[in-house]
Parts: sequence; C-alpha cells; structure tokens
Amino acid sequence: MARARITAALVLAAAASLALSACEARTDQGGSAGNEPQADAPAEPANAHKPEGDGNAKCSNVAIAYAGTINGENAALGQNILNGVKLAVKKHNDANKDCQVELKEFETEGVPEKAPGIVTQMVNTKEIVGVVGLPFSGESKAAGNIFDKAGLPQISPSATNPALAENGWKTFFRGLGNDNAQGPAAAKFLTENLGAEKVCVVQDDSEYGIGLAEAVKEALGDKVVCNEKVKTKQKEFSAVVQSIKAAQPDAVYYSGYYQEGAPFAQQLFDAGVEAQLVGPDGVKDVEYVKGAGDAAAETFFTCPCVPGEGFTKFAGEYRDMFDKDPGTYSVEGYDAATVLLSGIDAGNTDRKKMLEWIKNYDAQGLSNKLGWDDKGELAETPTVWTYKVENGKIVRNVEIK
Amino acid sequence: MTTTKTPSTAKPPTAPWRTSISERWNNLSRFQQWVILIPVVVLIFALPWLNPPILTTEPGYDFSIAMFDVARYCLIAIGLNVVVGQAGLLDLGYVGFFAIGAYVAALFTSPDSTLWKIPYLAAVPLAMAITMVFGIILGSPTLRLRGDYLAIVTLGFGEMVRLFADNVDALRGNRGFSNIGAPPGTRENGEPLFVNFDGKPWYVLCVAVIIIVLILAGNLERSRVGRAWVAIRDDEDAAELMGVPTFKFKIWAFVIGAAIGGLSGALYAGQQGFMNNQKFDVLTSVLFLAAVILGGSGNKVGVLLGAFVVAYVPLRFLSIAEWKFMIFGVALTILMIFRPQGLLGARQRLLAYGRQAYQRLVGRGEMVSSDTAMSAEKGGLMNGGSGAPK
Amino acid sequence: MHHVVSSAHILAQESDSWINTDTFIDLFWANTIGGLEYGSIYALIALGYTLVYGVLKLLNFAHSEVFIYGAYATWFTFFLLGFRPGPTPELATGELIAFLLLAVVVAMLVSGTTALVLERVAYRPLRNRGAPRLAFLITAIGASLVLQQILFLWRGGNAEQAIRLLRPETLFTVGSASIQNLTIIIVVASILMWLVADTFVNRTRFGRGIRAVAQDPETATLMGVNKERIIMLTFVVGGLLAGAAALFYMMKIPQGAQYNGGFLLGIKAFAAAVLGGIGNLRGALLGGLLLGVIENHGQALFGGEWRDVVAFVLLVLVLMFRPTGILGESLGKARV
Repeated sequence: MARARITAALVLAAAASLALSACEARTDQGGSAGNEPQADAPAEPANAHKPEGDGNAKCSNVAIAYAGTINGENAALGQNILNGVKLAVKKHNDANKDCQVELKEFETEGVPEKAPGIVTQMVNTKEIVGVVGLPFSGESKAAGNIFDKAGLPQISPSATNPALAENGWKTFFRGLGNDNAQGPAAAKFLTENLGAEKVCVVQDDSEYGIGLAEAVKEALGDKVVCNEKVKTKQKEFSAVVQSIKAAQPDAVYYSGYYQEGAPFAQQLFDAGVEAQLVGPDGVKDVEYVKGAGDAAAETFFTCPCVPGEGFTKFAGEYRDMFDKDPGTYSVEGYDAATVLLSGIDAGNTDRKKMLEWIKNYDAQGLSNKLGWDDKGELAETPTVWTYKVENGKIVRNVEIK
Repeated sequence: MTTTKTPSTAKPPTAPWRTSISERWNNLSRFQQWVILIPVVVLIFALPWLNPPILTTEPGYDFSIAMFDVARYCLIAIGLNVVVGQAGLLDLGYVGFFAIGAYVAALFTSPDSTLWKIPYLAAVPLAMAITMVFGIILGSPTLRLRGDYLAIVTLGFGEMVRLFADNVDALRGNRGFSNIGAPPGTRENGEPLFVNFDGKPWYVLCVAVIIIVLILAGNLERSRVGRAWVAIRDDEDAAELMGVPTFKFKIWAFVIGAAIGGLSGALYAGQQGFMNNQKFDVLTSVLFLAAVILGGSGNKVGVLLGAFVVAYVPLRFLSIAEWKFMIFGVALTILMIFRPQGLLGARQRLLAYGRQAYQRLVGRGEMVSSDTAMSAEKGGLMNGGSGAPK
Repeated sequence: MHHVVSSAHILAQESDSWINTDTFIDLFWANTIGGLEYGSIYALIALGYTLVYGVLKLLNFAHSEVFIYGAYATWFTFFLLGFRPGPTPELATGELIAFLLLAVVVAMLVSGTTALVLERVAYRPLRNRGAPRLAFLITAIGASLVLQQILFLWRGGNAEQAIRLLRPETLFTVGSASIQNLTIIIVVASILMWLVADTFVNRTRFGRGIRAVAQDPETATLMGVNKERIIMLTFVVGGLLAGAAALFYMMKIPQGAQYNGGFLLGIKAFAAAVLGGIGNLRGALLGGLLLGVIENHGQALFGGEWRDVVAFVLLVLVLMFRPTGILGESLGKARV
C-alpha cells in the first residue's frame, strides 16, 4: 500500500516539476504595491575615485587589513564587504606592478569577545597601515579604543550606530550614513510617500534594531500606534502578528535583519494584515527576497545607500571575480579600501600619514561623497533611497529628499 | 612498562605509566612537591613574555590576550568542576553565573550604568557575593530534583539570565556596557596598567587567582565538605542514610561553584572593557562543560588541561575555529564510550594528613580514590537494570 | 470579544502598564488558536522525549536534532521536486496532497533513521558498558553538537530559503481568531499522529514490549522481551513522530530549516513533556497544547520579548511544585 502511494507521488512529482517553471514565471509578475514613479538610478559617478590610481605607484611591504566576520553566523554580510575589499585590492595590484599591497584578513566571528585580541594583533602587525572594519557595532565598541591608542585608522563599512562616533576616537571613520540619517528619512517615507497615519514599529534585540527603531519612533511621534519587540533567531511570530493586526496600522516598519524579517513578513502577510511593510538596509538583501516568499513582493526598503544597479562596471567586475552579484555593503567595502589604497599610492605608507590622508580625503566614492568631519562621520550626509522587489530582484524605488 | 617499584599494592596497575607518575608524586613530601612546583608556576607566569614559537597564537591573535582567555577558561573549569566533578551535579547553566558576575562588575563600574560606582576591586567580591546569592536561589528549589531534571532546569536558568539581560532595560541587552573598570596601577609612562589591549597584567592576575582558588578548593576537598561531596557523588542515597545532610552539601557545591563562576565573569568583563549579552548562550555553557569533562571531571589537573584545550585550540588554529563545536562534540561522544573519566581520571584525596598516615601504615604515599561520577559502575536504570541476566 | 482595539490603549500598554490584560482579553481567541497550532507541533516532538524517557530514563538532548533533520529532509524534498524559493506556487489539491504526503514520508524516514543511528552509535555502546547516568547525558549533548555541526558545516549558518506549497487562507473566524486551512491541517494531523502513536503503544504487541521494558526491564527480559530491539523501536517511533512534526513546522514556518533551529523547539517540547507528565503519552499531547497556548497568552500579557522566558519559568515552576507533571509520569503504568 505504502509503496504504491510513494510511487504515485513520485510520478506526480516528476510531472509537476515539468510544469513548475511555467508556474514560477506566472506568479513572479505580481509586481509591487508601490505606485510612485521610479526615480532614475544614478550612474556610476564619472569622477569616482579608482583603486587602480595612475598605475605608477611605488611602495613595498605595506598592507591593509579586513577585520570582521568571515565564516561566523552572520557571514553573508562580512563576505559582501570582504569581497568588495578584495576586488579593490586586486584592481590596485594589477595596475601597479611596483606597489603590491597585501590584504590581511582577520576573523572576529562578529562577536565583541574576540575583538580585543584580534585588533591588538592587527595593531602590533607593523605593515598594516589601515583597516576596513569592524562591520558590527558591538565589536566596534569593544575594540575602538585599541585602534585609537595605536593610531591605526579604521573605516567601518557598515556599523551604523550613531554613538560610535561619540567616543572621541581619532581613528574611527564611518563609510556610510548612521541610523540618525536613516530613521527620519524612513519616517518621512512612511508618512509622506505612503501616507500612513498609523504605524507599527517592530524592533529586534540587536543594537542596530533598537537604535534604528528609536530614531524612527522619534521622527514618527504620535503616529506610532504599536511597538513590538522580537528576538534574534526568532521564527514564530503569531502573538506579535496578532497584536499588530489588532492595532490596524497603515504601515509596519521592521527594524532588524533579514534573518528574522523574512519569517516575520510572511506570517504578517499570511495573517491578512494589510499594512504596508517597510524594512531597513538590514533587511534589504537577496536572502530576504528568497526567504519571505509571497510577502517579499509587498515590501519596501529604506537604505542610506545609492542604488548599485547603475554601477554596471563594478557589478560586472565583482561578478567575474566572485561569481555572484554584489550584496549589501559590497560597494562600501570597495570604497573604504579605495580610500586606503589611494593613500598608499600617494606615499602615505605609515599610520600617521595615512590618518592625515583620510582626515583630508575629499573625493567622490562609488557610493557616497567621501570626506569626514572631526568625529569620523561623513561630512556630506548621504541620501537615503527606497527600494522594492520586482521579479524577485531588489530595485530602486525613490530617493527620499 | 611494568616496573612499578612499590610492592604490595592491592590495586591492579591499570595504567602503569600514570599510576607510577602519580604515585611517585604522592610519595614526595610536600616540600619536594613545592620544589618541583615553583619553577613550573614561574614558567607558567612567564608564558606571555616568553611567547614560545610553537605555542604562540600570532600572527592571528594576540598571544597575551589568548593566554588570558585560556586562564579565564581554567578558572571557569575549576569552578564548574566543584559542581560537576566533585559533587556530581550536572549544571548546564553555569554560564548564567559567569554572566551574573560579569554584569555585576559592569553595572557597578561602567559609566553606561545608572547605578552608583565602586572601584573595580570592590566590585569583584561583590560579584562573587551576588552570584552566591543566585546560587542559593537557584539551588534550593532545584537541588532536590533528579540529575537530568537538574540539568534541564539549570539550562533554563542560564537561558533566563541571558533573556533577562536582553529584556530588562537597565541591563542594556545588545548595546552593552563600555569602559568597564579595571584594577588600579600605572605603567612607567603613566598609562593605566590594566587595559584591554594588553593581556599580560590580566593574565598574571588571573593565574594568581587560579592558584589561590586551587589551594582553597584543595583544602575544601580534604575537609568534611569534600568528603561529603564524594559520598553524594558516588551514591546519594547511601550518603543520606549514613547521615550526610546531602541537600546542604549540594547547595554548598552549587554556591562555591557559582562564586568562582562570578569571579571569572568579573575578570572577563574587566579585561574586555566592553560586554553585552552576546556570549552567554547555551553553547558557551556546553564549552565550559566540555572543558571539565575532556580533561577528567573531578581531577584538578585534568580540568585545567581540558580548559586549556577548549580555549587554546580554536585560537591557535584559527582556520579550524569554525570546526570547534564539531571537534568537541565528537570528543565528548567518543570519550564517554572509551574513557568516561576523561583524559585524566579523578583522584580524590580524602584525608587531610593522608600522606603521613599512609606513610606510617603501609610505607608509601597516600591512596587516592579513583572513583568519579563518570567511572562509577552504577548499573541503574540506564542499562535497564543492573546487568540483565544472560 | 472586541475586534477592534483602540490605538490609544495600545500606546498606553507601551508607556505605563506592566501587565497588559486588555490585549490578553481582546486577542484571547486569536492567541489560543495560534497557540494550539504551534502547541500541536510541540506535542509531537514531546512524544519522542517522553517515549525515550519512559523506557530509558534518558533525557535525549539530541532529539531536537532528530527533528531538525526532518525539517531539512522536508526542504530537500520540496527542492528536488523542482520547487524554488519565492512565491507560493498554485497547485491542484491532488498534487498538493501527493507532494505533502511524499514530504512527510521522507521527513519521517530521515528523522527515524537519524534517531536509529543516534541510538546505535552513541547510546548503545554506553549501555553495553554499563556507563553511569551522567555519561549518557554528556553523550546526548555531544551527539547533539555533532548532528548540529554537520548541518552547519555542510549548509552554512543561514536558514534555507523558504519553499512552501500551501498558502494559508482564512476559512472562518471565531471571536478574534481567523481559522486558517493550515491551522486545521496541522492540528488535526498532529492529533491523528498522536492517536496512532497512542494506539501503537497501548494496543499492539510492540507497544506492550515498550511498556513492559519501561515498567521493569529485568522482568521484561526474563519474560522474553528483546530489550535492545524495544529500545531501538522506541527511538525510531520518536524519530518518526519528530519527522512528521518537522513537516508541519516547515509548512507553518518555511524558513525553519536552520542548523540550530531545533534547539529552542526541543527545550520547549521537553518542557511540554514535563508539564504533561514525562513518560506519559497523553501528558505529552496535553503539555504541548497547553504550552503553546500559555506561551502566546504570556506574550499578550507581558510583551513579545518575554516569550521564551514564559516557557522556561513554566518549566521551573512545574519541576518545583509538581515534578510528575499534570497527568503524572510513567509509561509503564499507562492504562492498558
């Protein structure tokens, strides 16, 4: 009996898998709920700095380093950054035969506990003149003073916690906008572009999620009708979803990462909550699109990052080297490495000179205008863009002005 | 192999090389033992300065900080060994005590906390005292439970500490505490001595603490309390019948273990300078347990060895760091089958003046009980009745 | 029951009140139904803990990994059938049922095999050597780590991207609760699985063997029961049930296949087993459903971030005040 049923199922399965590709094509055309006109994606800035420089640089025995998660649990983000850095270094070294810069990689697993030991080691490695990292706010807090003490400059490509710049560390530079930029922009998008009067803010328990939620809530004021808290690694949200449903919001802002964002979005969608879901850059990842199923097409993202789709050259080179599309923060990693590499090319081969170089840096990066104030924040506040999902891909929506 | 010089041993020489080393050691007088021990201790203290080429964790990880991490694990293992190895109570929530110690240190010294501030050196005993209170709070309702229930309740306790740290605003969850205090002291250039980018002062402090704790724990072991623990571990019912107040002594084990856990937590928070709730999960608890079990629960040298392996190997071989849980998981499983007493079995000195007593009686050093919670043959329910017939 | 909750008092919940009874009352039915759905998955996993505990007095920590292997099996079945992450495909009812049946069979086989291998490789050698109780617990933890790490090293730390075949649709509402097709499938199928297990243990020859060994292993052996075979069978039955639970879980949460995703579920299922009375099949069902419901109401009362704390506190309270659980323990004494 049982065997006959399995055979039947297998036959059915084979038949269905043939028909399936057609199904997928059909359902993919759902489109998104957004009805704003799409803004033009900026093209690759013509004057953007280039890691290859003029090709005549001379240097020896000099290195830059990446420190952050490589194979730890949140590895995807670290890999995106590291690959961006690798690409920049490769382009530099290919172009400058007389200046081969070594890239040293340090694995922190993304946890604060490991950061002091790793960073001390980097600081004691004399060839390293600049560091791309650390990606997360927690580890940055744990080790920022060590960079400062040793005068080794660090450019974080992804730590967005505003407080990091308030420690008086002379060596800390942030390669992107902080949460204080994204929060008000997200609130503006929710209320003005989406016309939401009632918003639920959902935050996870990460520093990023809490900090961003604070910024969003402050900007939204009394338009916040509910505030739910979820946990990292949580997958089951039925009670939270029910509470949100009862509050009948026009929009829901999920302040956290894609790992929890995907099941949350799906369960929200399945429960019949009709509010518009919006997530931040932590959610804006291809993993979310794959993980949230039907709900993905109904989601908007805010991100203090410039749409990369116009950067066809960068994306092409990235794909050639790593056989996948650039992910969130790949461009930032590439930009940060380029700042360091151009500094080396200009003869700044010790830490002190490199620090001066970065402080006085003023050039158009691929992502942002790169130049820093005395706290290490970008001098020119980057614009926040919104994105949406179309045909299973994240595409630009509008720029929040 | 079988050249054990001492005649007339009732005990069959199961592992001749080991028996002979440990017997020879036990036959030495305390003075001779110290003569050997002191250079070893000095060598251990000097390790971060020596930075031996094969042992070093560089260029991946700063060696002095790595050595502090190892020392911290050793201290944790000694504390957990009191609970698991000596009293035979399986505690899966030990990380909870460690976390409480770290949080107390942070709460009373970090500027991020709203509490009044006290010097770090005052916060350390306070951390121990508070973890002891938690040990009593957790222990008194749960220590009447059966062994495996105790395991799950302690696991739940560990998780609850982590979750409270996450949910209660004052404990700052993932945001954590920065600029946690450190012991006083300055270098010749006026900079503070205890900083998070130099492991050496912390290492020396931690090793000194370990030595003190080892001496205290050794005395305790040979006292009435230690004998009661052995009795409880080997057969709780029999101990109860013989008039050992088992519950009281189990609480003792729990509380002493908790105090050492709290101490190591406070040291950890101080060295790191920053801490949040990220590393107090069950996996960390399991790593602590692995440190105790691998080396040989109940044996102090054994647990130090186990802690060294658990803390050092992932830092020395960074390329296999992601394999560490796999390696320790396999090691635990295989060890339980082939060598349940761990790499070095437990050796329990039951008498304070055992050496002299034995010397007088049989002309050789003291006998040590080689029973441990792991090697005791106690058929029981696990194998469905002791020795099923046929 | 009120359907609409005014935004004002939800805000009020945020700012001042610690316990939020309004949400609890307003969402009573919604949270109860949601809790039953999730609780029935707890119940199926809890059966595995209860059976093994009843027979061996062993807390099988690795059972959560047995479950998660079923979740991966479900995912791979869907994947090999040609489904890909993304929007839910439109399937005819017949197809859907066939695919789900196939998936549940595969998941049960994989989980059952995992449990069998676990018993053979990790636990049996210990029994043969007459190892003490602590050794079994530590082996269980070690084996759990190994099974978890195999998935981690093979598939990485991220969850498998969601594939699901059935989109939940609301059929009707009860109070604040919308009853969805998926809810009904999961609850009914779980109770059916439980019935099968209960019948198996209480009405068949093998079941009699299980009960006999649970009650008195020595006498059972004397009476001609092959103890080793019964123990093996117990593990396999627990594994099969965990496999079924894995499919239901993956239908509910398609992002569920993650290497460490079984841990928390496992602890909670164990808590459910203890709550109902460990070693007691009816207790596992009752405990599972109850835990699911309490957990949801606890969130309504105290806020979502206290979800796991509610379960742990419940476990500790039960162990302190009624360690034998609601229905009392012992598989051996289960009614014939």
